[in-house]
Amino acid sequence: MTQFNDYVESINQYTAGAHDAVTLTNMDGLSIPAAGGVDTTAVIVGDFSAGNDAVILKDGATLADIRGRNVNLVEYSVSHYLLARALDSVGMTERDVTVVNTADPDMVGAFQTPDVTAMVTWNPMVQEIVGLPGATIVFDSAMIPGEIIDLMVANTQVLADNPDFGRALAGIWYETVGIMASDTPGGAAARAAMGAASGTDQAGFEAQLAATKLFADPAEAVGFVTSPDLGTTMDRVRGFLFDKGLLGSGAPSADVIGIELPGGAVLGDAGNVKLRFTDTWMKLAADGAL
Amino acid sequence: MRWINRQPGPGGRLALGALPFVLLGLAYLAGSALRLAEDPNDKLLPALTSLAAAVDLMAFTPDRRTGEYLLWTDTAASLLRLGAGLGLSAVLALAVGMAAGLLPLARAALAPLVAFVSMVPPLALLPVLFILLGLGETSKIALIVIGVAPILIRDLAMTAQAIPREQIVKAETLSASTWLIGLHVVLPQVAPRLIDGLRLQLGPAFLFLIAAEAISADSGLGYRSFLVRRYLSMDIIFPYVAWITLLAVLMDLGLALIRRRLFPWAELERAR
Repeated sequence: MTQFNDYVESINQYTAGAHDAVTLTNMDGLSIPAAGGVDTTAVIVGDFSAGNDAVILKDGATLADIRGRNVNLVEYSVSHYLLARALDSVGMTERDVTVVNTADPDMVGAFQTPDVTAMVTWNPMVQEIVGLPGATIVFDSAMIPGEIIDLMVANTQVLADNPDFGRALAGIWYETVGIMASDTPGGAAARAAMGAASGTDQAGFEAQLAATKLFADPAEAVGFVTSPDLGTTMDRVRGFLFDKGLLGSGAPSADVIGIELPGGAVLGDAGNVKLRFTDTWMKLAADGAL
Repeated sequence: MRWINRQPGPGGRLALGALPFVLLGLAYLAGSALRLAEDPNDKLLPALTSLAAAVDLMAFTPDRRTGEYLLWTDTAASLLRLGAGLGLSAVLALAVGMAAGLLPLARAALAPLVAFVSMVPPLALLPVLFILLGLGETSKIALIVIGVAPILIRDLAMTAQAIPREQIVKAETLSASTWLIGLHVVLPQVAPRLIDGLRLQLGPAFLFLIAAEAISADSGLGYRSFLVRRYLSMDIIFPYVAWITLLAVLMDLGLALIRRRLFPWAELERAR
């Protein structure tokens, strides 16, 4: 296992074939490895964001105040998707604002400069920014529950060639999540370590967990991934990506990449399935059959 | 004939100069063909056709969202920042460098500071600049100035100091004031050097520009390259790198031309 300090670089390394598995969001899974031609399977649905991603305004009370402002965010990230969904909810489009691409490590500093008045970012930055004077969260991912999903994905071919690989991933995952979510000294130590690793502390990390719908119980994850809502979400996500030209410059429509849902239904081109959702390993974990 | 005495003819010189380029091009094509044969979706070394398609998309097709031609808006944004940064640096260098080179008092006051500042790694200052000056154009231009100006200043001060003492004394015997000596003896000799200094600093200036654009921007050559990095879009990154290189080469040639036009006397010295 390799820990990357750069999220995008970790996905690029996976897409280039240097690694067999990576953790990413459902949107990046579709737009980077899948659009890059790497057949990818979501082994585990870890959680979805329920408040961890937020639209923050300086001196503005409601989302409508965002009109005409420069919005600092990591372009083409889940923040961008959240902004699109937020604008959509009040009848605006991206034409009503100006998006300024900003690197995520600089978000907190950037918010303190006078020319930055609107920002979309994720935790732990959100927690720090809302503590600054004048900052108000006007929209967050809790308002679009289940749309920004964290996945553990692996190369479909590698999974097929090594049946134990998926089992091992699922086993390690649920063992770790079990410790992390437990109300024991061991669990507290794990949360403190995770907090420190993401640039905050135990309290900050616990606040993030509170804004996350964590599927600590694999049975819940199975329920989530097999519900029809996942298809609706992925349809929205691919529409957004296609609109931004992120499914490949020659993509004629959002259907160009096939997305397989649990049960075998395919969204888009069934001859070019590159992203697969399945409950195989989570079900094994739920049944204690790993 | 000994190898040391063999000269290439005019045609031979051209062929020898082109040879490494041709070899590099062939190596790329071979590598690209190999990778694409293995995986037709490979994005690391795109084929010439995908490169051409990407150039067409970026340079000659209006963007779906904004209706702008991205390559040209990126180029305009970047060149504006680069021009402002280099222009400010040149003015600063001329003023401070001449003063430090010409006046011992100014030299005593300025030289240690400039020497010190020129050793600060500008990229390490970038986070500070963003917080102090905001994420807009100011901080990007400031980064270029901080990176380029101290070196230009030192270079000009040294050039001014290297002017033979006899010339200064001679001007003094002709009753020239400090101001006149600066204007008529020193300036004509350091100005061509300033242009050469700018030519040598084009590379670092582009480096600082791209680093600043990578962190926060809504247009620019560095911005675009780092944005599409998310999608391993080498078909866009390679043409952008080639375009940046071409721009830098053209600016270098342009500055050389300006130097020859404005300061023909400096060429006499060079030919000798």
